[in-house]
Amino acid sequence: MPDPAADAPTIERRRWMAVLARASAADIEERLAGCEKLPAHVRLRGPESGLVMLRGRVGGGGGAFNLGEMTVTRCTVRLEGGAVGHAYVAGRDHRQAELAALLDAALQDPGRRPTLTETVITPLVQAQQARRAQDAARAAATRVEFFTMATMRT
Amino acid sequence: MSLDLPGFADPVTETQACFRAVLDAMARPGRVHRAGAGLRPPAPLAPATAAVLLTLLDGDTPLWLDAGCAAARAWIGFHCGAPICAEPGQALFGLCLTFPDLTHFHDGSDEAPEDSATLIVQVGGFADGRKLVVHGPGLRAPSALCADGLPVGFIEAWQTNHRMFPRGVDLILCAGDLLAALPRSVVVEAG
Repeated sequence: MPDPAADAPTIERRRWMAVLARASAADIEERLAGCEKLPAHVRLRGPESGLVMLRGRVGGGGGAFNLGEMTVTRCTVRLEGGAVGHAYVAGRDHRQAELAALLDAALQDPGRRPTLTETVITPLVQAQQARRAQDAARAAATRVEFFTMATMRT
Repeated sequence: MSLDLPGFADPVTETQACFRAVLDAMARPGRVHRAGAGLRPPAPLAPATAAVLLTLLDGDTPLWLDAGCAAARAWIGFHCGAPICAEPGQALFGLCLTFPDLTHFHDGSDEAPEDSATLIVQVGGFADGRKLVVHGPGLRAPSALCADGLPVGFIEAWQTNHRMFPRGVDLILCAGDLLAALPRSVVVEAG
């Protein structure tokens, strides 16, 4: 849900956390290899996997119901400098959760942010957008136009 | 910020070990057990206190903190996820650095005595201090317990609590990496 009270840094942080949550551990590692080594970190919690109840609403706005449970892995780390990073990712990839939390902590440091955004976040966004466009194109090929079917019948 | 410190390194085995220690302590009142060794909690919490919190608390257990625990509030909130309540009467668990008035906490009802609060009280140590003799269920012979940091009126307060049985609060005393428990069923006398 969009939060109108959120300030600019929160919105920006939310954006990179969302990108990292969608990226695989291998993708993140591949991009991290291209930039300078991150400082040592301590695991404050996790990485640990658990279940989260997903809730839906009938027709998008009706009564709430439990759709089902989803596996989620979370991790919280602290960098040597003191920044604390969190990550919640779908699935049970502990390495991905830890890398995402580590990058969340590192990205909070204004000194590191531009390089990391350039070498890690932006390429990930581009890859994710390309994949989404590809999926959309594949789905579009088999799309059925119900309007056409209705006119054919008359 | 106290959030900077980790909880259990291996939550599954360490919480099981601590749960076993609390269980044994409740079953054999007055005997001192080891818990939380190796844990580095934020001040003012002792390792045993922190271990009991990490083991027993979750999102369904409202916790009341006394004023002395304010520094550890963020750590407890993050690692245990327990809602912090403003009034001791609403809490299922109480965390106290100074011995509280037991009557402020929920003592359950005759139908559901298990709804009462469990108090985790951090004391100075078990080597010296107020000498107590504990007897009751679980003890073939009376057992002796020393706890540094219990107030002058402790015996009277505990008698009032014990007299309400099956209602009443249970007590877990923690110091360093040691803990002992006094369930509501036991009688405590001055040693």
